[in-house]
Amino acid sequence: MYQTTYHRASSVDEAASLFGKGSEAKYLSGGQTLLPVMKQRLASPSDVIDLAKIKELIGVEAAGDTLTIKAATPHYDVATSAAAKQAIPALAYLASLIGDPAVRYRGTIGGSLANNDPAADYPAATLALGATIKTNKRTIGADDYFKGLFTTALEDGEIITAVSFPVPAKAGYAKFPHPASRFALTGVFVAKTKSGDVRVAVTGASQSGVMRVAALENALKANWSASAVDSVSIPSSGLLSDLHGSSDYRANLIKVMAGRAVTAAG
Amino acid sequence: MGVEGIGASVVRKEDKRFITGKGRYVDDIKLPGMTYAHFIRSPHAHAKVKGIDSSAALKIPGVVAVLTGKEIVDDKVGNLICGWAITSKDGSPMKMGAWPAMAPETVRFVGQAVAVVIAETKNLARDAAEAVVVNYEELPAVADVTSAIKAGAPQLHPEAPGNQVYDWVIGDEAATSAAFAKAANVVKLDLTNNRLAPNPMEPRSAIADYDTAEEHYTLYTTSQNPHVARLVLSAFYNIAPEHKLRVIAPDVGGGFGSKIYIYPEEMVALWASKKTGRPVKWTGDRTEAFLTDAHGRDHVTHAEMAFDASNKIVGLKVKTYANFGAYMSLFSSAVPTYLYATLLSGQYVIPAIHAEVIGVYTNTTPVDAYRGAGRPEASYLLERMMETAARQLKVDPAALRKANFITQFPYQTPVIMAYDVGDFNASLDAAMKAIDYAGFAGRKAQAKAAGKLRGIGVSCYIEACGIAPSKAVGSLGAGVGLWESAEVRVNPVGTIEILTGSHSHGQGHETTFCQLVAERLGVPISQVSIVHGDTDKVQFGMGTYGSRSAAVGLTAILKAMEKMEAKAKKIAAHALEASEADIVIENGEFKVTGTDKAIALPMVALAAYTAHNLPDGMEPGLKESAFYDPTNFTFPAGAYICELEVDPGTGKTSFVNFVAADDFGRLINPMIVEGQVHGGLAQGIGQALLEHAVYDSNAQPITASFMDYTMPRADDLPSFKLSHTTTLCPGNPLGIKGCGEAGAIGASAAVINAITDAIGKNNLEMPATPDRVWRTIHSA
Ligand SMILES: Cc1cc2nc3c(=O)[nH]c(=O)nc-3n(C[C@H](O)[C@H](O)[C@H](O)COP(=O)(O)OP(=O)(O)OC[C@H]3O[C@@H](n4cnc5c(N)ncnc54)[C@H](O)[C@@H]3O)c2cc1C
Repeated sequence: MYQTTYHRASSVDEAASLFGKGSEAKYLSGGQTLLPVMKQRLASPSDVIDLAKIKELIGVEAAGDTLTIKAATPHYDVATSAAAKQAIPALAYLASLIGDPAVRYRGTIGGSLANNDPAADYPAATLALGATIKTNKRTIGADDYFKGLFTTALEDGEIITAVSFPVPAKAGYAKFPHPASRFALTGVFVAKTKSGDVRVAVTGASQSGVMRVAALENALKANWSASAVDSVSIPSSGLLSDLHGSSDYRANLIKVMAGRAVTAAG
Repeated sequence: MGVEGIGASVVRKEDKRFITGKGRYVDDIKLPGMTYAHFIRSPHAHAKVKGIDSSAALKIPGVVAVLTGKEIVDDKVGNLICGWAITSKDGSPMKMGAWPAMAPETVRFVGQAVAVVIAETKNLARDAAEAVVVNYEELPAVADVTSAIKAGAPQLHPEAPGNQVYDWVIGDEAATSAAFAKAANVVKLDLTNNRLAPNPMEPRSAIADYDTAEEHYTLYTTSQNPHVARLVLSAFYNIAPEHKLRVIAPDVGGGFGSKIYIYPEEMVALWASKKTGRPVKWTGDRTEAFLTDAHGRDHVTHAEMAFDASNKIVGLKVKTYANFGAYMSLFSSAVPTYLYATLLSGQYVIPAIHAEVIGVYTNTTPVDAYRGAGRPEASYLLERMMETAARQLKVDPAALRKANFITQFPYQTPVIMAYDVGDFNASLDAAMKAIDYAGFAGRKAQAKAAGKLRGIGVSCYIEACGIAPSKAVGSLGAGVGLWESAEVRVNPVGTIEILTGSHSHGQGHETTFCQLVAERLGVPISQVSIVHGDTDKVQFGMGTYGSRSAAVGLTAILKAMEKMEAKAKKIAAHALEASEADIVIENGEFKVTGTDKAIALPMVALAAYTAHNLPDGMEPGLKESAFYDPTNFTFPAGAYICELEVDPGTGKTSFVNFVAADDFGRLINPMIVEGQVHGGLAQGIGQALLEHAVYDSNAQPITASFMDYTMPRADDLPSFKLSHTTTLCPGNPLGIKGCGEAGAIGASAAVINAITDAIGKNNLEMPATPDRVWRTIHSA
């Protein structure tokens, strides 16, 4: 690791102002991505500004038809939150599948969405549920937030403060883990909104990160059942292909996991 | 057996220190004035080193030195050696290129060191390494044997034209051809045995400390065999004569073979310590482990088995290409020859066998012995062959095996090995019973109704452990003897120290070796300590690998114990005024049989050291040593059966059951044996389903971290059902065969046989990843 200066911010405003002062500052949340990258000397921030101890960034709240998860809430808290399990069980289930216990105790939803790893789990739920990403400057709709591999709509220095999920009528997540990393080799989140709309988001499979799949959405809108996906054909073009999953295998997984997600959603 | 004697599942003595974080590993050691080494490694698979500019690095405060490959060669530090000479079929010796500890001119695999930075801290050494500019001229590279042997392939070493190290044969070619000519059926199989990265939990580490006044080196290193390290460092690498070099291998966190060898980093640390006048420490990180720890396996094989009309095997032909990587590691040459092809008879009567093995250089990490070393490759080949044959001949796979089992012992195979004892039917029967083999068809039908493909796979392995005797291995080209030494020291107060040339890096010797003493003397194991891993304490030893520590190392201890006991009995008889022949040892006492006269061990020991009243002419003291050279290998064998389900939608495999029936001869500590089998099975299953060290076509490694290389985790594995069927090994007095590698040798074939049974297709390579299995299910 290169030399760096660590700051523990006590409020979002303080964090943003510390960020402005550093020459190449980085926010630190759970550190499950940033710290390994720093240890490998692939990142060399001048200043590291810790968000994880800011009280206003921690917590899970359900109010009316919305479940809000604050940015520095660790995955473990979401997986075990009574409010999350009640409002959107598929989301709590998704959080329980992330990494291992050590990762879940530290890693956070804000860090995950800021990082936007193409194989991360949260982006699938965020996009499929049509969530809203709240920052210290504005709110961003999920459809406008994800911009490709490790790229988001966030501006330099912008802090995610919370993510608000509209409570769906039904939702389900099915993840096929990458054998080595246990990120999603392909993960599919399906949601039926209270107004009857269907949204399907796939992570781990596409060369351009998390994506919606219109063909699956249309088939499920017409017939909300696992067998409805059978007739859908998923092209392998544009899908990732690597040692653990060729693009045609991932295309197959998208269908199979979509069917299982629908079964899980009920 | 006493509560702590042979056969008791005594809790491991060493675990208190390990599980409370009090182990002392090389990286825990800090010497005054210690510096830190960081290696500059080639990012290219094959390149010329055109120049190294370290001027900027040397200006960084705290940088002690930057040393290069040219300097280590100029200082006449020897090249790395390969310790087993193999002769090709045309009578020529194997053809090897030079392997300097750091590359002076040419790098031949990604990760090969070209220079080292020595600095006051680890971080500074890394900073400075980034300031060193190495100018490379890239050369074309080749990663796999099939490409490497093609005409026009990039050439690695001028000494080895066509990248061929040797072309070696074993068995009777004419007899085998004749058997095939008469055969009723021939079964053919093409197989790849996937390359593995060993990944012990503790990465390699070394500290070298040169004492200028004494001209003496101390090397702390992560070694499975510190004496062999000292021998090689002094005899071949010009580091120092043996009496000026102390090698200490303290607690070592796993080896699996990868810590047998002497690596460039240890040589460089020793050399750099003298050059800088400071102790030098190097500890590898996980990436360095992936790039530089010797890999395992990597064979490409074509095999054919011939059967007569009654399904008896009449012959076996094998042709194997073995990938050695870029250089010949210490025991690499022996692995695909004497540790592989000599096991090709398996558990079967095969009247004629012929095998050809072609060793090939590629631009990859050197390959050497890894848990099982050659025997997993042989076992995998035979057991997939038996399953394939059963399918082709339309007979039950277990029945086909039974019809061909060796049942008469001793049995001389056509490929050197002479099996001493075994009962292969007993282990297969035990495994079939444990898994309810007879009820499988019903379970398969049930699974089918639930949309799952269920399969069952058998694997009957045999292996050769405790590689020996020295005279025999010497005649086959080995550069060392394969005996073991031991010393028993009874202290004046009656406590006992056992000095052994075996080395424990996870095996539990500190417990099992004490159990032998407890068994013989009836003293608690708390009064016994095991001393190992230090060339200044133990006179000599061959170390631990090839499941040899119990069969060879413990037998050496037994021999030393017998000598010590004989002397102690004389002292006791003298003290008790009895005849030596009437003395028996029980519960820590020397008793005159049939009387209540007795003298406790501490009193005998004290008498030996006060020497006030010893028998006439007896030397004082109570200490004996022994060297033990076995008369033959030992032959652990067993049967593994795996039952699993495949999800046709994803190709994912889930275990239903895995049973193991092993014959390890006598068990010293069944709990520790069970742990060894669990670990071995995990590695065998890991090879079958998960692990694969992969290079791209430019020989760039693409699995150099745990994000890409699938290490088996607990939830990848079933809950194993273990059992034992025992035939005692006649080759050593304890009847021990060894258990350290069996799981890794036998498991992979059972898993692949079960998957191919489930999916009804036979062409499946390891690792059987979900993608591969899914593809195979849906292949034409
Ligand atoms: C072994 C391992 C296994 C894992 N497995 C999975 C898995 O299965 N599925 C999965 O989805 N993930 C997985 N992860 C990733 C993990 O879950 C975290 O979600 C991820 O590392 C990012 O969250 P973090 O809180 O650790 O962020 P950090 O590492 O602290 O930060 C990541 C990036 O986000 C930025 N950032 C952090 N918080 C904010 C914020 N509030 N506003 C703006 N920018 C911010 C940081 O500056 C940094 O650039 C795994 C990680 C590890 C180490």
